[in-house]
Amino acid sequence: MNIAKPNSYRSGPDERGHFGIFGGRFVAETLMPLILDLEKAYTAAKADPAFQAEMNGYLKNYVGRPSPLYFAERLTEHLGGAKIYLKREELNHTGSHKVNNVLGQIMLARRMGKKRIIAETGAGQHGVATATLCARFGLECVVYMGAVDVERQQPNVIRMEMLGAKVFPVQSGTRTLKDAMNEALRDWVTNVHNTFYCIGTVAGPHPYPTLVRDFQSIIGNETKAQMQEVEGRLPDSLVACIGGGSNAMGLFHPFLDDSSVEIFGVEAAGHGLTQLHAASIAGGRPGVLHGNRTYLLMDADGQIQDAHSISAGLDYPGIGPEHSWLHEVGRVNYLSATDDEALAAFQLLSKLEGIIPALEPAHAIAKVMELAPKRPKDHLMVVNLSGRGDKDVPQVGDILRGKSK
Amino acid sequence: MTTRIDTRFAELKKQGRSAFVTYVMAGDPDLTTSLNIVKALPKAGADVIELGIPFTDPMADGPSIQAAGLRALKIGTTLKKTLELVRDFRKDDDVTPLVLMGYYNPIYIYGVDKFLADAKTSGVDGLIIVDLPPEEDDELCIPALKAGLNFIRLATPTTDDKRLPAVLANTSGFVYYVSIAGITGAAAADANAVGEAVARIKRHTKLPICVGFGIRTPEAARAIAEKADGSVVGTALVDALKNSLDAEGRATAKTVNAVAELTAALAQGVKGARQAAE
Repeated sequence: MNIAKPNSYRSGPDERGHFGIFGGRFVAETLMPLILDLEKAYTAAKADPAFQAEMNGYLKNYVGRPSPLYFAERLTEHLGGAKIYLKREELNHTGSHKVNNVLGQIMLARRMGKKRIIAETGAGQHGVATATLCARFGLECVVYMGAVDVERQQPNVIRMEMLGAKVFPVQSGTRTLKDAMNEALRDWVTNVHNTFYCIGTVAGPHPYPTLVRDFQSIIGNETKAQMQEVEGRLPDSLVACIGGGSNAMGLFHPFLDDSSVEIFGVEAAGHGLTQLHAASIAGGRPGVLHGNRTYLLMDADGQIQDAHSISAGLDYPGIGPEHSWLHEVGRVNYLSATDDEALAAFQLLSKLEGIIPALEPAHAIAKVMELAPKRPKDHLMVVNLSGRGDKDVPQVGDILRGKSK
Repeated sequence: MTTRIDTRFAELKKQGRSAFVTYVMAGDPDLTTSLNIVKALPKAGADVIELGIPFTDPMADGPSIQAAGLRALKIGTTLKKTLELVRDFRKDDDVTPLVLMGYYNPIYIYGVDKFLADAKTSGVDGLIIVDLPPEEDDELCIPALKAGLNFIRLATPTTDDKRLPAVLANTSGFVYYVSIAGITGAAAADANAVGEAVARIKRHTKLPICVGFGIRTPEAARAIAEKADGSVVGTALVDALKNSLDAEGRATAKTVNAVAELTAALAQGVKGARQAAE
């Protein structure tokens, strides 16, 4: 595609929330005034040192940051190429990177005087993080989750309920993450006067893709400093899985202008790209859904198609708008991993490193298994281990037992 | 440019009565029945027809209209077939204003310029696109106005006086006041609150103001008709249609009449209203 290269890959979006043609504010009028308020509140918070200081306090003592950058020695030996480091986001409180963003949004909601928080969730990681911080700050919490996901991510449903959140299984449409987001938007339109919508990924109407990215950029900023400390230089490549793409954007964004760093995003190829999958960039095209223009899976009439991934967190027919732009300008390479590849990576990491990854980052590990052997031993590769696999143990156990029979 | 919408509201103003606006989903429950329903609406007393464009992810609609959209998609309704339905309707009716209502993605994928040209030749008069606020006017609103179509904007209880001028700036045809913060078919509109809101919007525009979301009965339609230039009923008609279907969701001999009879009753409600003072 013929798109001019920008001077910086980090300057977006423009004042209307566009990354190239992507992004924007495609929402019902009822929500527009609130979205404009949110933008103002976020701009003010960013400029307020007290906001940052309070966030840093919670990030250190409640979330447990910084998360380690860990040299995966046995995985490196096994693959026989690049030196692989894992950014251990799965060690955060609540077990994934989601908490970084939720903390920021809950602090914003408090500044805006909102007492009721709603969220959508796929794998339940964002729902758990939201329920956790609502418990911590005494806020009402309602989580929308597709009925299919409620079924396959039971441990997280139980956690959310223990934390005092109300979980609504969404029965409309495909009963997964996309429908949970529709239902959350319907709740928001209805309760706009007292409700803050805590979006879990770098998607939705402006300013959400930007503020979620900013809250997640702590991943990349820490990685940069930690790599400097242990290796004295920048990494050579970054790899992260992508559903909406918040863990990936958080790792990638601080490195976008470091041209020596190769960047790989890994979408979920489900049963394979010619069958049911969730790889919006590989198998979709630009369209408008959930408040933004971005790559979407859809039919010839613009109707949104069902996504499929073994991982509930990647099972979404879209992707954050900034990823769509980074794809079109060619700064990030978007790859995809199938369900079977992710399952193999899940097992490999568990056995070699004693770390059970969530099925989402198992997709990233799957591509590391392809990329690392082709690179020299002094190549430094960072993988975002965005979540831990406890929630997937029952599902993977069932699949593996079924397969071994 | 004068559209059928402008002409119709001018006539109604002369007659001193409020408009009755009906919403049905294109292709629900099948294309032939849907055409027959649309044809029956003006005869039953509808002054303006809103025709829904089915979409998989209607984020501002309640369960009834979501289900109507899925019924329409299941039998293969597309935006192209929706426009053909309008063209077929226009063979017998060249006066009743027809507005397409829906979400942006099917139009974006069809291609904005091609869509506007095809909509105009099919006999569409205006568009209501839920997920295109004034901030995105370059996408479709401005091109639609240039193509000679009305772009009807939604104003809501959250649209305050400061924001109203921006919302009204490129609006034409009429203003659609969403009477509740919420989704279609959810709550009942309060006629007094609606009256205040209509008066507030009237201070900013000379356009007719129609009120929708939460109007289900002839009594409610009459109460709103006394406060506004028009009342919109959608979910109640879609529910009447659904209740006439067989167990497999197919049309029966009762389907067209079920919608026409409720339309007639609602139209009577609107026509019984004392017109609000200008």
